[in-house]
Amino acid sequence: MRAFTYARAATPADAIGAAGRLIAGGTNLLDLMKLEVETPDRLLDVNHIGLDEIAPDGDGLRVGALVRNADLAADDRVRRDWPLLSRALLAGASGQIRNRATTGGNLMQRTRCPYFYDLAAACNKRDPGTGCDALAGKNRNHAILGASDRCIATYPGDMAVALTALDAVVEIEGAGGTRRVPVGDFRRLPGDTPERDTVLEPGDLIRAVTLPAPTGGRQVYRKVRDRRSYAFALVSVAVDVTVTGGSITRAALALGGIAPRPWRDPAAEALLVGRSPDAAGFAAAADAILQGARGWGENDFKIPLARRTIIAALAEATGTDVRTAA
Amino acid sequence: MSAPIESKLHHKMDRPDSDNLLDRTAQGVISAPLDRPEGPLKVTGRATYADEDHPDDIAHGVLARATIGRGWVVGMNTAEVRAMPGVLDVIRDPRLLRSPAQGQAARAPVQNPAEIFYVGQPVALVVAETLEQARHAAQAIRATYEAREPVALVDGQDYAAPPGKQASQGDLDAAMTDAAHRIDVTYTTPAMSHASMEPHAAVASWNGNRLTVRCSNQMLKHNVAELADSLGIRAKNVRILSQYVGGGFGSKLGISHESVAAAIAAKRLGRPVSVALHRRTVFEATMRRSETRQRVRLACGADGRLTGVGHEVWVSNLKGETFSEPVTQATPFTYAGENRVIGHHVARVNQTTAGSMRAPGEAVGVPIMECAMDELAEAAGIDPVELRILNVPDSDPSTGKDFSSNRLADCLRAGAEAFGWSQRRQPGQRREGEWLIGLGMASAVRVNMLEESEASVILLPDGTARVETDMTDIGTGSYAILTQIAAEALGLPMDRVTTVLGDSDLPPASGSGGSFGAASSGSAVMLAAQAIRMQLAKRLGCDEAELTLKDGAAIAGNRVTPLAEVLDGDTLKGNGLIQPGKAEKSTRQASWGAQFAEVAVSALTGEVRLRRLEATFACGRILNEKTARSQCLGGMTFGIGSALTEEVMNDPRDGHFVNRDMAEYHIPANLDVPAMTVTFLPDRDPYANPMQAKGIGELACCGTAGAIVNAIHNATGIRVRDFPVTVDKLLDRLP
Repeated sequence: MRAFTYARAATPADAIGAAGRLIAGGTNLLDLMKLEVETPDRLLDVNHIGLDEIAPDGDGLRVGALVRNADLAADDRVRRDWPLLSRALLAGASGQIRNRATTGGNLMQRTRCPYFYDLAAACNKRDPGTGCDALAGKNRNHAILGASDRCIATYPGDMAVALTALDAVVEIEGAGGTRRVPVGDFRRLPGDTPERDTVLEPGDLIRAVTLPAPTGGRQVYRKVRDRRSYAFALVSVAVDVTVTGGSITRAALALGGIAPRPWRDPAAEALLVGRSPDAAGFAAAADAILQGARGWGENDFKIPLARRTIIAALAEATGTDVRTAA
Repeated sequence: MSAPIESKLHHKMDRPDSDNLLDRTAQGVISAPLDRPEGPLKVTGRATYADEDHPDDIAHGVLARATIGRGWVVGMNTAEVRAMPGVLDVIRDPRLLRSPAQGQAARAPVQNPAEIFYVGQPVALVVAETLEQARHAAQAIRATYEAREPVALVDGQDYAAPPGKQASQGDLDAAMTDAAHRIDVTYTTPAMSHASMEPHAAVASWNGNRLTVRCSNQMLKHNVAELADSLGIRAKNVRILSQYVGGGFGSKLGISHESVAAAIAAKRLGRPVSVALHRRTVFEATMRRSETRQRVRLACGADGRLTGVGHEVWVSNLKGETFSEPVTQATPFTYAGENRVIGHHVARVNQTTAGSMRAPGEAVGVPIMECAMDELAEAAGIDPVELRILNVPDSDPSTGKDFSSNRLADCLRAGAEAFGWSQRRQPGQRREGEWLIGLGMASAVRVNMLEESEASVILLPDGTARVETDMTDIGTGSYAILTQIAAEALGLPMDRVTTVLGDSDLPPASGSGGSFGAASSGSAVMLAAQAIRMQLAKRLGCDEAELTLKDGAAIAGNRVTPLAEVLDGDTLKGNGLIQPGKAEKSTRQASWGAQFAEVAVSALTGEVRLRRLEATFACGRILNEKTARSQCLGGMTFGIGSALTEEVMNDPRDGHFVNRDMAEYHIPANLDVPAMTVTFLPDRDPYANPMQAKGIGELACCGTAGAIVNAIHNATGIRVRDFPVTVDKLLDRLP
């Protein structure tokens, strides 16, 4: 770990426009600092600035940036009206980490690409311009959508995948005032600048995440991984779907573990609407989402896996007996 | 207090045991499912592990790593690093290890941090006032190299075939040709990592020329010799303390980088030095289990009787290492068949040193043989359990020797009955919604060993006793069982016996490894207690065989005498020594079991859910039903990992260990482990040792993965011949 200065913010105003890195739960940042993947000169601790309440927001919900993952997952309103969010949170990390990790911090979670974590490896995200050792390396769990030849790392989290399907919005306050960004647009695609994970500008503070009114849909979070807990998704699928009178009237679907950000495809969702829930329709939506997918060798299997997981999640959410996804 | 009155009982296991002492003692604590005496210390954090007891003036050392896979270090920015805050020293001593010592080596492993054999090999030790300073400075080390192209992966490499490791009898090729049913399949298993909870750590301090190292090691008498040889000092000047070991699984059999580095640094600086390996260093610079490629050929007649068994394997290690994963260890004697081939091939790669990991050999060899047997059962149309029972040999088919005891068929029958094996259907026939359900089974077998071991038992005038030996407890329950053995033999309640372990100044034990620790060190303790029994009998004027000891009193000739009265102020000390002998050579000894698994596999995603895992074992006398069961649960969990989740990933360019942390190297988590059932068949093996107990902990992971992978086949009809069975290997063949 490099030496750094530490200061504690007392109010949100202290944090807005401040120099240095903000730290809340620190469940990711501290690990990266110990490995010297992250080397901030200054940390500003925002654990004591408030913003830790879950409050009604019209028919929706406003979740303060410092609400802990464990508290959010356990909230009665969330469990009742946005169960997808609760399930996604509980599918991630461990009890200890969820007790510490925050809503805002979790949106900032960095990739788990092993080459990003390895100071001896080339990594454009960590050291711009050095190259990408994952391209021809161990890339079993890398991106199949949204990547570039500069970076094929994924966003590894779960919470934001559910928030993306639920049309949640990040409330950001910076020098220029407050702006609202859909969770699905909060993280950037790498393009030529993979070192920038998100749309945040220096001095920005995430104040809250807001959830619109509950949809009343059936919600499923299906996370496929190499072990059943404490592992990052190979593919995860968040589904919120409404079936009325035997046909799908509304569908929201977001994928995790396969792209640099939670992946949503409104055109594919539109294919589902108006159809009866059946295997062929699910497969058509999955194929539409994965149309531009490409593998990098070891992760080629994630394309058929994503297709199958989408079908399984939609089948589960709609109560459809799908016998095969072949 | 007067000097103890000493007596010795040294026993070489040349004949089967006929005394069976522990079946004629009266205290009733042996075999009982008793708690570990040190358990409360461990669960409340008061048991002090290697790096948890620092002297005040301690300095901290962190190893810097090589970033190339092969070559030489020709320069380093040591001056720059020495100038960093808190840095006390940068050490590139040629005595720093390349690799940890292999188990029971008792001499120095390959040394020299200047020649690089794998990425992550330590190139220097950076010592600083604080751990944080040392770690930061170690990360600032920049070596310059004369690099060579590393052999990153085994693919395409030449393998050597050591002549002593090949065997054949009869004509397997002809047997295959003539067989009614035959299987010729190749399976692969990945490299695996021990992933012990406690990272390797050492705290070294010198008093004159005498070195004391607190570390986390499994076999202290060998470790003393290894450390002394590595440092170039005399073994009598080395004391090792390993009172508690937070898991070893073979990775702590021999000394590793930390104790040598800490000792060198402590000498140079004239103050104690702690070297605790970072988790990433543990993964990449201690030990791995070799990956394996295994070709299995099986031939049988129409009746299912095997006529041929071939097991040829390809493994790897670093240059200069004599160890190679003994994959076929149980193959020569598990099943019948007159035509046999054993093949063993070793490639040299620039990867982390390969060494012993829980049940070296059988842990990866038995599951593959058991998968092949499942394939043969299917080909022959014979029930898998029946096929195995049919082929349990009367004697070792490779040597003609009798078995000391062969309980395989008993385990198979009892296990099948308890599990409900008769419910099994043909592959792909059982479905619950999205999930395909299957049952699978495997035999479990592991060679049984006895190693020389010594212990003392001291009976004090107040009728309490102390057990002393340099045996270790690596989480296995040594403290519990050794206390039980002494208490049972001396007729004392458990709370009147204390056991002192993990100090190399105490009588040298077998150490913990190869599942021989309990039987070996336990026999030494029993013999030491027996020596005291003889002294007591003499005092009471009776034969030892007529003496009953119970609840702190001696019963002889209708008289009950409290021990304190028999001792009359004296302290009695018994020294016990057990040595392997002809009994081991005259028979084939093994421990036996049968494992049964139920899985559900998603027909849509290929996710595997292990639903049930049940095992039946026969492994001699059970010394403590609770710790024995815990050993089996741990072993079976190891098996789950090898079947479904664990795999060392090596970079194809330089061979480096890519997934070197607990987040990415997937040992099973709680949700991966279903309710497990362990049943022990009543068993004694007089050829094994005077306690008639056998090895347990490793047996439990031999076979498990085979049962699970066979269950996946029964669920889906898919044979995966590349372990572990992750979703990607099922996807394209799902229904």
